[in-house]
Amino acid sequence: MNSEIVGASVRRVGGQERVTGRYRFVGDLRLEGMLHVKLVGLDCAHARVDAVQADAARSLPGVHAVVTENDLPRPMPRFGPVHHDRPILTTGYTTYHGEPVAAVVAETEELAAHAAQLVRVDYTELPSVTTVAAALDPTSPLVQDPDRRSGALAFTNVLSESRFGWGDEPGAAELVVDEAYVFPMVTHFAIEPHTFLAAPDHDGVQVWSAVQHPFALQQVLAELLGLPLAKVRVHAPDPGGAFGGKQHAKFEPLLALIAQRLSRPVRLELSLEETFQAVRRTMFEIRLRSGFFRDGRFAFQDAECNALLGAYADIGPRVVSKSTYLMCGPYRVPSARIHVRALLSHTPPATAFRGFGTPQVVWALESQLDEAARRLGIDRLEIRLRNLAGPGEEFMRGGKPADGDWGISLRRAAEEVRWSEPLPSGRGRGVAVGIKASATTGASYAIVRLHVDGSATVLSGTSDMGQGARTVLAQIAGQELGVDVLRVRVVMGDTALVPFDLQTSASRSTVFMGSAVRAACQDIHRQLVEMAAATFQLSADQVSVTGGLVQLPSRKLSFAELLAEAFAGVGGEVIGIGSRRGEHVGTHPLGGPPAFYEFSATACEVAVDDETGELTILKHISVADVGRAINPAQVESQDEGAAIMGLGHTLMEHLLFDKRGAVRNLGALDYRIPTTKDLPLALQSLLTENGDGPGPYGAKGAGEGGLFAVAPAVASAVAEATGAVVRDLPLTPERIWRALQDTKDPSDA
Amino acid sequence: MSSHRVTLDINGEPHSLDVTATQTLLDALRWQLDLTGTKKCCAEGECGACTVLLDGLAVNSCLVLATELHGASVTTIEGIGTPSSLSRLQDAFLAEGAVQCGFCIPGMVMAAHALLADQPHPDAATIRDRLSGNLCRCAGYPRILRAVQLASSQADE
Repeated sequence: MNSEIVGASVRRVGGQERVTGRYRFVGDLRLEGMLHVKLVGLDCAHARVDAVQADAARSLPGVHAVVTENDLPRPMPRFGPVHHDRPILTTGYTTYHGEPVAAVVAETEELAAHAAQLVRVDYTELPSVTTVAAALDPTSPLVQDPDRRSGALAFTNVLSESRFGWGDEPGAAELVVDEAYVFPMVTHFAIEPHTFLAAPDHDGVQVWSAVQHPFALQQVLAELLGLPLAKVRVHAPDPGGAFGGKQHAKFEPLLALIAQRLSRPVRLELSLEETFQAVRRTMFEIRLRSGFFRDGRFAFQDAECNALLGAYADIGPRVVSKSTYLMCGPYRVPSARIHVRALLSHTPPATAFRGFGTPQVVWALESQLDEAARRLGIDRLEIRLRNLAGPGEEFMRGGKPADGDWGISLRRAAEEVRWSEPLPSGRGRGVAVGIKASATTGASYAIVRLHVDGSATVLSGTSDMGQGARTVLAQIAGQELGVDVLRVRVVMGDTALVPFDLQTSASRSTVFMGSAVRAACQDIHRQLVEMAAATFQLSADQVSVTGGLVQLPSRKLSFAELLAEAFAGVGGEVIGIGSRRGEHVGTHPLGGPPAFYEFSATACEVAVDDETGELTILKHISVADVGRAINPAQVESQDEGAAIMGLGHTLMEHLLFDKRGAVRNLGALDYRIPTTKDLPLALQSLLTENGDGPGPYGAKGAGEGGLFAVAPAVASAVAEATGAVVRDLPLTPERIWRALQDTKDPSDA
Repeated sequence: MSSHRVTLDINGEPHSLDVTATQTLLDALRWQLDLTGTKKCCAEGECGACTVLLDGLAVNSCLVLATELHGASVTTIEGIGTPSSLSRLQDAFLAEGAVQCGFCIPGMVMAAHALLADQPHPDAATIRDRLSGNLCRCAGYPRILRAVQLASSQADE
């Protein structure tokens, strides 16, 4: 028996099914008698819908329905994780490009697509709001109907506004840096587009969706359909990539209503273009005014953050509040004033995206710190070390103290790129850090069943979207029960089978669900002690249990041997239950302190071609403070993946809008993400393991950090290589080239 | 929509399919034959998720019309290995930890399979180049490239 399963890079659970194409993702499921749905949208963002003429589509043989708002309950039911503002199908107006006004239901996908083209929508195009400036302009059209909002902001496009801070009024500073930074809209681009199925189920409904939060979806459906939770069954097959884009309900409510109405299973597969229009990352413009003392320490920070959400709130307000909570990063800032607005616009809803706003905030903060270092003549690594909170230090007044020795990771990253050694001209290095407040409140429950042969089944509501939760949970159960990972089954993704889990997000699953699984195993241990005592007529204190073995006064026996003896002739299994909860704390600005901070350091070396502005990343180092890696290879692969995803928004990705509010670069041809040809020449992920996390075996969450600080590290390296400072992402060759021209002496031109 | 009958070989078995003029090989595989290992993402030949072998060459099956395939030979991921009997390449993907969500992986395996059939010992630049048409958003690229190298090195043994 392998006694150290935790900490071993065992192969991915579910890997064989994936390399052979046998794993059935949601789009690969086929339901008997299912019909196909195609959505009908407009080619502009904001319009009044005057009429939907669907007779031609309805009269096609094989078309079962063309559903419009007139076919749905009135008033139109609305839903959403923060505000119930998103209608099942839009009523009267479209508010972003692609928002559907009708849904065609037909025998085949091809026929549904054909019929959708025959649906004629008469509409009147209206002006749209697609920028921060327009959203702040009081003369702009309102994105949401003021009648559905409340409070003083109802007649503006400001969805929410907050001010917070700490410390005295800022005193004298040696240097004040005042700059603005832009982080554009980018899209998740999971390779698996969104696909939804729904079917009537006697007195309830079943829905299939590759959703990160199956229990949240179950709740939404139960409320909208007026069903008890027990009658709403959500199947959540492992997502084919999610990255935050598959957290919340989208078209599942529409599909469930159509399935109920037609008494048939229905299926909707979005195209990649439609997936781009479903959700995207929150765009930020941040103006920072930071004061510094002569030695590089922060004197104060004054931030104005404007986050551009879409037409519906989705989880956007939480993205904004949670990320700007750490506007001052992991640094000691004696005085802070932070002003935050979440703005509505006629764009696809902004939702969670790996990092949950952190990369946006880090882009501004770390770029600003570099600016200060340059102007004060202080080394960029040194200025960070001088401001960085030490272990246990309460760096944010009233906040959770630093739960890691972050300087270790920062120094490692810098050393790996030979920070202090000279470089040839045309080359530069950058280093930056990022920190995220992890999961706060929320419960995770797990059930572990120990079978009579010593194998085990874990029931968990976590979604394995590629981060490897199945493997980690199997390893934890394997470690605690002394059973090989190959003899553990992890059942997920069915609300009728697995116990409640709040959500799969915020790098919380190893800490929360991992702790729940471990607690369930410990519950099994307790039961085994009682069982052994009863079976062998001993007192409980004469029996002890460690991973897989029962120690009696006279001998040891395996769990399977004990169960065989105890269950002889009757059969049975031992069922352990475990949970981990993060309780709500009303006085905390986030509703509760984060369970841990996710801290990451990035360092890189780049070469810039000053003729073309083209950038080559020669070396990229990512260091993650993970507490303890349950599966080091998996953690490293996630961190590498995050780093490469970070290179996407750093170098090439941004959604562009035309004057009508339509997305100009929908789809893979016009929106580029990194390929094998865009990799750094050398890329390495390093783990800092100090066992100081709140999860099982000292683990912290991981998997997002690798992208927090990519953009500022690369921009910093570009500035060192060329003198050109870029404050708008992405750092396209054109942008770098233009910045280079600005640095050149005009007399040379 | 009228349909045409095409007879072709898929994973070594003859099949007769009734396909419409606009139907792609990808949709025929996924909907008529329930070979769902071949994945659909961009449907415009940019992501590589739908890569299959057509007469031995790696192609994006979303760009191939099924009606053109009379007499052709198609190999999909289902024809490469099974969970209990992985190909050397598939095993190398797992050994290197190259699989995260796994959605791009069938296409990635097919592209790499075609490369190794063509060049058993490609250098690193060739592997990068030949897999550059297959997108992985989890960006397991470094490990995917290593997996192909590993499988290539094992071809000697």
